[in-house]
Amino acid sequence: MDRKIKNWGNYPEIISNVKSFDTSGMVEELFKEEKHWIARGMGRCYGDASLGENVLSTLKYNKVTFFDTQSGIIECQAGFTLDEVLQLAVPKGWFLPVTPGTKFVSLGGAVASDIHGKNHHKEGSFSRHTLSIKVLCGDGKIYNCSKTENADLFEATCGGMGLTGVILSVRFQLRKISTSYITQKQIKAANLDELLILFEKYKEYTYSVAWVDCLARGKHFGRSILMLGEHAEMNDLKGAKAKAPLKVHSEAGLNIPFNFPSFVLNKYSIKLFNFAYYHKNFKKVQESTTHYDGFFYPLDNIKNWNRMYGKPGFLQYQFVLPLNQVEGMKLIMNKIAEKKQGSFLSVLKVFGPQNDLISFPEEGYTLALDFPMTGSLLKFLDELDQIVQDCGGRIYLTKDARMNKEFFHKSYPRLEEFIDIVNKYNPNTEFRSVQSERLSITR
Amino acid sequence: MKTVLLLGATSDIGQALADKYAKEGYTVWLAGRNTNHMQDIAADLKIRHEVAVEYYKFEALDYVSHQKFYTDLPGIPDITVCIFGYLGDQEKAESAWDECQNILDTNYKAAVSILNIVASSYEERSVGTIVGISSVAGDRGRQSNYFYGSAKAGFTAYLAGLRNRLFKHNVHVLTVKPGFVDTKMTEHLELPAPLTAQPSKVAGAIFKAVKKRKNTIYVLGIWWLIMTIIKSIPEPIFKRLKL
Ligand SMILES: Cc1cc2nc3c(=O)[nH]c(=O)nc-3n(C[C@H](O)[C@H](O)[C@H](O)COP(=O)(O)OP(=O)(O)OC[C@H]3O[C@@H](n4cnc5c(N)ncnc54)[C@H](O)[C@@H]3O)c2cc1C
Repeated sequence: MDRKIKNWGNYPEIISNVKSFDTSGMVEELFKEEKHWIARGMGRCYGDASLGENVLSTLKYNKVTFFDTQSGIIECQAGFTLDEVLQLAVPKGWFLPVTPGTKFVSLGGAVASDIHGKNHHKEGSFSRHTLSIKVLCGDGKIYNCSKTENADLFEATCGGMGLTGVILSVRFQLRKISTSYITQKQIKAANLDELLILFEKYKEYTYSVAWVDCLARGKHFGRSILMLGEHAEMNDLKGAKAKAPLKVHSEAGLNIPFNFPSFVLNKYSIKLFNFAYYHKNFKKVQESTTHYDGFFYPLDNIKNWNRMYGKPGFLQYQFVLPLNQVEGMKLIMNKIAEKKQGSFLSVLKVFGPQNDLISFPEEGYTLALDFPMTGSLLKFLDELDQIVQDCGGRIYLTKDARMNKEFFHKSYPRLEEFIDIVNKYNPNTEFRSVQSERLSITR
Repeated sequence: MKTVLLLGATSDIGQALADKYAKEGYTVWLAGRNTNHMQDIAADLKIRHEVAVEYYKFEALDYVSHQKFYTDLPGIPDITVCIFGYLGDQEKAESAWDECQNILDTNYKAAVSILNIVASSYEERSVGTIVGISSVAGDRGRQSNYFYGSAKAGFTAYLAGLRNRLFKHNVHVLTVKPGFVDTKMTEHLELPAPLTAQPSKVAGAIFKAVKKRKNTIYVLGIWWLIMTIIKSIPEPIFKRLKL
């Protein structure tokens, strides 16, 4: 049935023929009905990456088929979510090797975007922990692939935004934990320079990320809170926490039942939020032991928080710049502060080395922020793109809904190789999304 | 441990029931046509709920195989749920007997055939629960789906008779009329959200109704109201409606 769909940013919205499947045989049948498909999991990408004329929803293909509690190796079908992995693995003393800022992501989506987390500088992106995947390609075959078997397909599928085929299942290595808590250290940085020094000083921490007030100017420019974390050991826990050291997260509490009117989030309310958020930490350094849910997924507790941006939706802008481009970072942040369009969720992180075919991360600084959708936004982001391009950086495809194809083609240097692999396994470009067409990745 | 047998286990409602019963600690026996699919479902249930799960090949339309299928099970299940069904294509079935027959056979004859066998075994031992997934479509024939509807009407009447027969033997029979359910079978239809239940909701309602030994349930209360109204429309008016 044709129906309206949109992803997390509520922009764009399109009409698609959406089909689900719960066996690989059903996918093969569907391929006979229509030629072009794009897989879709939880729709947590922000823009148009999982939208297309025909959408193959993986959410009913969601079984866990293997879990060895001794070695922490797990295999799940693509529609199984990180939320479900945690429910299963945490009580047995295992955790996700890499996690994004929300647990409502499918494993297919995690691989297709080659997601990164707060531990990227130490442990790389999701593909580093992926042992093997099964992909159903447009040539009608199911390939098992890994770093050693059909390696070209593996490399192109991790971060390949669904264009190599439908990921059917994912086998990966979990991370051993003794408790489900995180010992957390929060450090206030008065400005951007101080923040970058702190990142360097604390780079041995497993988890690090900073919240930045992108609207602060003058001497407060780049004021931020650096959040560091390690998995807590048993002796870090006291009282109730020590009694249930492997407690799993609970269900979301609050729900935003409808779209907020768009004036709710304006430059004043965001500025106020940022001010309050920065000043809520009285001390320069604050330490605590918190549950992983609050540490990794602070927003998951509010269902449908994206509705706060109202009906027009919002865009997330995430880019990465090489380490030597601090001036470029300042230039961009200055532009945002001037424009007074920053969001109340600006997140900065230092990526470690990574040199992949098509995955987003590469060594450098990455900044992600949300912008409410307004008339002047698209032009403004084009200006930011220019700076990113001049600095040799690039934009994360899973957050993108608008970049232009020239910039994209310049900023992903190995794109041609990627396209060759896509074509090899999909002789008739069977998989295409609104994004892949917009960016001229697919013919 | 108590055991539940799910006939038509790979359907969305079947999978949701398997999940619910496994979560409650039951041993789950899956029965269906697609063994590869059941293998994945079984692995998932075992890993997530740490219960015993087995699966058996079951051909609903192969009536003669039913007795052997049932005798070959490792024991007698405490609860048997008959879920399989076939919506079919009403328009096609009006002229193509194959399609029509398939709808009638799957939804009525096949269910009767296997439940006859289960019923006798329960009657003999004076224990057991039979659950039949029927449909609100069986409450009154409508032009849009009266093949499916009439087969389900037959099934509802069958279950009522069975309940009557087995009551004195302490065997419980539950009739379920789910209304619209969001499944693969209905994905191509435009269903109104307030009238449409998720499979997990259906499974939860069935689990509860079995515990409480209910006779008939509508999963969403609103359906009882709708069907009561539909049933009360006098035929001279009803026949003119486009339903
Ligand atoms: C609040 C929030 C925080 C986030 N934080 C982070 C973060 O810290 N780090 C990070 O890396 N990402 C982050 N993300 C982005 C998110 O992790 C990715 O967009 C992820 O891919 C979403 O998965 P999904 O199941 O929702 O996939 P969808 O959004 O449905 O699809 C995303 C892409 O994956 C493809 N895809 C999905 N399933 C399959 C499949 N089975 N086979 C082939 N292709 C498939 C789609 O075609 C599409 O290209 C965040 C998102 C949100 C909403």
